[in-house]
Amino acid sequence: MTAKEHTYLGVPVKKPKVAFFEFTSCEGCQLQLLNNEATLVDFLSLLTIVNFREAMSEQSNDYEIAFVEGSITRDDEAEQLKQIRDRAQTLVALGSCACFGGVNQLKNRFNDLAWVKKQVYGSHPIETREAMPLSAIVPVDLEIYGCPIKKEEVERVVTNLVLGKSIDYPKYPVCMECKANHNVCLFDLGQPCLGPITRAGCDAWCPTNRLGCWGCRGPAEKPNVRQLRQIMHEHGFSDEQMLDRLECFGGFGQYVSELKRASKE
Amino acid sequence: MLFRVFAKDQLINLYDILAVNHIVGPVSKGVDRHGAPLYDFDFIYDFAELQLDYTATIHSLKRFVLPPRETLCTFDLQTDSWQKHVDFNADKPIVYFGLHACDINALNKLDKVLLGNVFPDPYYAAKRKNMFIIGVGCMPQPFCFCKSMGTDSVLHGFDLFLTDLGDSYFVEIHSARAFTFMSSMECREPRHSEHQRFLEVTQERMNRFTCHVDTTDLTKILDLEFQADVWQEWGKKCLSCGTCANVCPTCYCYGIEENVDLSLQHATKTKHLYSCNLIDFAQVAGGHNFRPESHDRLKYRYYHKHRGFVEAFEESLCVGCGRCGQSCLANITVPEVIRSVRGEGGDHA
Repeated sequence: MTAKEHTYLGVPVKKPKVAFFEFTSCEGCQLQLLNNEATLVDFLSLLTIVNFREAMSEQSNDYEIAFVEGSITRDDEAEQLKQIRDRAQTLVALGSCACFGGVNQLKNRFNDLAWVKKQVYGSHPIETREAMPLSAIVPVDLEIYGCPIKKEEVERVVTNLVLGKSIDYPKYPVCMECKANHNVCLFDLGQPCLGPITRAGCDAWCPTNRLGCWGCRGPAEKPNVRQLRQIMHEHGFSDEQMLDRLECFGGFGQYVSELKRASKE
Repeated sequence: MLFRVFAKDQLINLYDILAVNHIVGPVSKGVDRHGAPLYDFDFIYDFAELQLDYTATIHSLKRFVLPPRETLCTFDLQTDSWQKHVDFNADKPIVYFGLHACDINALNKLDKVLLGNVFPDPYYAAKRKNMFIIGVGCMPQPFCFCKSMGTDSVLHGFDLFLTDLGDSYFVEIHSARAFTFMSSMECREPRHSEHQRFLEVTQERMNRFTCHVDTTDLTKILDLEFQADVWQEWGKKCLSCGTCANVCPTCYCYGIEENVDLSLQHATKTKHLYSCNLIDFAQVAGGHNFRPESHDRLKYRYYHKHRGFVEAFEESLCVGCGRCGQSCLANITVPEVIRSVRGEGGDHA
């Protein structure tokens, strides 16, 4: 994967050495990266990829940027993550599992994790503990949200990383992009949706396809969860239905406990 | 202005005459959870799709004149220079068939800002100059307060305006090209009885308004009540989601983003419509946010619409279409907010 020297307006651009890793996850986010074949060659030629299990067999521990997918559910994963942190200048959490624990963290809701393990694995000996985001183990430099991630967003992030530009995410909620797509509000169609409190950047992927948002990208900045709860009630949806969605990807941790408390009152 | 009358079954002929162009008009978008019909503006490919007796559309016409995302220019990057390519993104004339008075007035207001200043917006102008507008009379909905904003009728900014007289349309002709089109239609000058009928229909419509906003001295009241507690109350409800601005026919604030593509050989400058309710609307270089609180942002939206614009142009930037209130999940509506700021209505928020 060595290619000719890249320039930007005549200025040579350094190709960072990049490695991809995965912990507990479906590896779907990495697959997303390989999905967009129209831009794949350009994407790969921006980087020197030294480690990408889904795409190549060579491996190296010499890298500057590490993209890490998945949550941490075993001690050896935690150890490996610490090693990656030591080696990489920039550690990027790739996707909702890495950022928030993702769907995996649903098991953390149960008080008795031994029971969960038994239900899932039976008597098969396997080590597993509560699912944690990367940031619970090591400092994370950059988070790319989504389940799965949006390829276009990663392409933009990588381009800006290479050019040394700042990396910004939308701070506003999904509604903004949903309206830009001229959609009918799903609440008007009788569906619950976390769009009003979830961070945008997905181009309202689900609502545009008439599926109410499940909050995979985590909260927008200063989300008005209290008001959304009232809206849910006014539209005939219970706290439990709202909690189902808030808890699904793990991004709303603090708001989940607040809602649980309010729900008991 | 010239007036004509044509039988209702002639409407399809008007459509056919204009159908050599792209036509945008009100179309059905299904029903809501209560079974009420939903409408929106969209391209029309068959006369049967045109729903001229629509109540109101969810979104305004803005996506056709001020798209939520628009490429302003692209760049080819070379070793020591670059080439810029500009496209105003208006490659064809579009006929807008069936706009209510509020939406035509909204375009007239946008013109003042986007065409009437020292630096007219060429992207808007290109689309605006490529419009043929057919207005149509409407029946006020429970959320319509255009009458209060003085935008319930429209005096200019359209080519034709149709009013339903029962079995015929009363037509106001406002442009030479509209006159030319009408010349190839079966129509005639209205009789005196039809003048009467037109006035009756207009009066009947006037009587149907149920939603009102008291705009008396509103600019002063807004200044007086700048620190009023009611803003805090509305701020607690606001989701800061930008939906009001998106559906508003006159909100035009935007941000610009520049992106280099993956090959590092091309770049794009994109305009995104923004909303003053979004949390980082007033965040400036260096990171300071002048309006970090939701109630401040909501307040300034009202100040722009009902105070700042009035001081600049002696008219409000709000046309009273009521879309923002209809779309707001938190039920924040202009009539309720203004009422509360005026100290009326008591328990509002």
